Amino acid sequence: MPGLEIPTWDPETALLIGTILLEAIVLYVGYGGLERLFGPYLMNLLVGGESNAQ
Amino acid sequence: MLNSLLDGLGALGTSPEMIALFVGFGLVVGVLFGFFGMGGSFLVTPALLMLDYPAPVAVGSGMAFVFGTAVIATLKHHDLGQVDYKLGAIMITGTTIGIEAGRASVYYLESLGLAGGIISVAYVVLLGGVGAMVTRDALNSDGGDGIDHEASDRDLDEYEIPEIAKTIQQTVRIPPMVTLRGDVRVSAWVITAVAFATGLLSGFLGVGGGFIRMPAMIYAIGVPVPVAVGTDLFEIVFSGGLGSYLYGQGGGVNLGIVAPLLFGSALGARIGSAATAVVDADGIKIYFGGMLLIGSIAVGIGEIGSYTGNPTLELLGLVLVIGAAVVVAFAILYTTVSSLRQTRRQGATAAD
Repeated sequence: MPGLEIPTWDPETALLIGTILLEAIVLYVGYGGLERLFGPYLMNLLVGGESNAQ
Repeated sequence: MLNSLLDGLGALGTSPEMIALFVGFGLVVGVLFGFFGMGGSFLVTPALLMLDYPAPVAVGSGMAFVFGTAVIATLKHHDLGQVDYKLGAIMITGTTIGIEAGRASVYYLESLGLAGGIISVAYVVLLGGVGAMVTRDALNSDGGDGIDHEASDRDLDEYEIPEIAKTIQQTVRIPPMVTLRGDVRVSAWVITAVAFATGLLSGFLGVGGGFIRMPAMIYAIGVPVPVAVGTDLFEIVFSGGLGSYLYGQGGGVNLGIVAPLLFGSALGARIGSAATAVVDADGIKIYFGGMLLIGSIAVGIGEIGSYTGNPTLELLGLVLVIGAAVVVAFAILYTTVSSLRQTRRQGATAAD
């Protein structure tokens, strides 16, 4: 197949992809924590008063 | 030291205005992905193309964004036990070869100076085709159709295998045969063929390929819907990671684009996913189909503007593609808040 190549080790590219992977994990954990902390407050703000619609 | 490292990763080349635009666009794309379970990611590459990024950067950064989004979604689905690792391993092999073939095609076309045009035309056909299919499906829907990322709690054995999958399972019996979750028995070659075809699309367009791979897994391989969803996400982590790595080696992944997009989309996906518990997706599906159709027209207009050197048409294309996504995302948020308020009012009236 023309142009088919085996990926070679490149530390800079590995760091780049590793950074994206790390960001994804941090965002998953971070936003999860923020949702638990501020979720009920935001729901009250948006829907108004006590809400158990979730 | 940190500056040179970030600069090397491309993180310092993006202006604050562009970072704000990417966070906002990521938020919109995330809401769409979280709500519909598909589709948001393939708005990113055409938008980057219209912002005059070179084709390898638009496709490579689009793929790196898909990789990050898939990592987040897989973490969630892993806990639900909806991943078939055997199916995933075979799919990864076929997809890897397909992605590499697709990526090589992009660089070959780029060397001929044709990549931007051909990728845009492929997007027009793809977005138009999927948009028309989703719109038709939404118009004919009785409420039970479609692929739901928030798969139900039914046992895997209770899912009926589509007729076409049964026919394929009975006719293509080339060894080795493999048994998958949900007691599905199929030739490894069928899985590899599906994987290669969708990998080719992924590598060429920089999309996760889930909107083609999931129906292919359900209709060609015959796996239950929740397993198709979970395995698809697991696979995108690998295929997207490898694709991003290959594009990254050629300088095609720009962290200044991917990081803010991911920052916005991770939040948007949580909001969109939570909205599925409140709003019926079928009501909004028609807007989603319409958004894809507008997207295909926008890419077409942008390309005409690019060829004729008309910046107004290019801008119109960009405004249309982002505008359509923003309108649908706001429709989801508005409907969600309205539904919550209505539920609360009904609850209060009942209490009185």
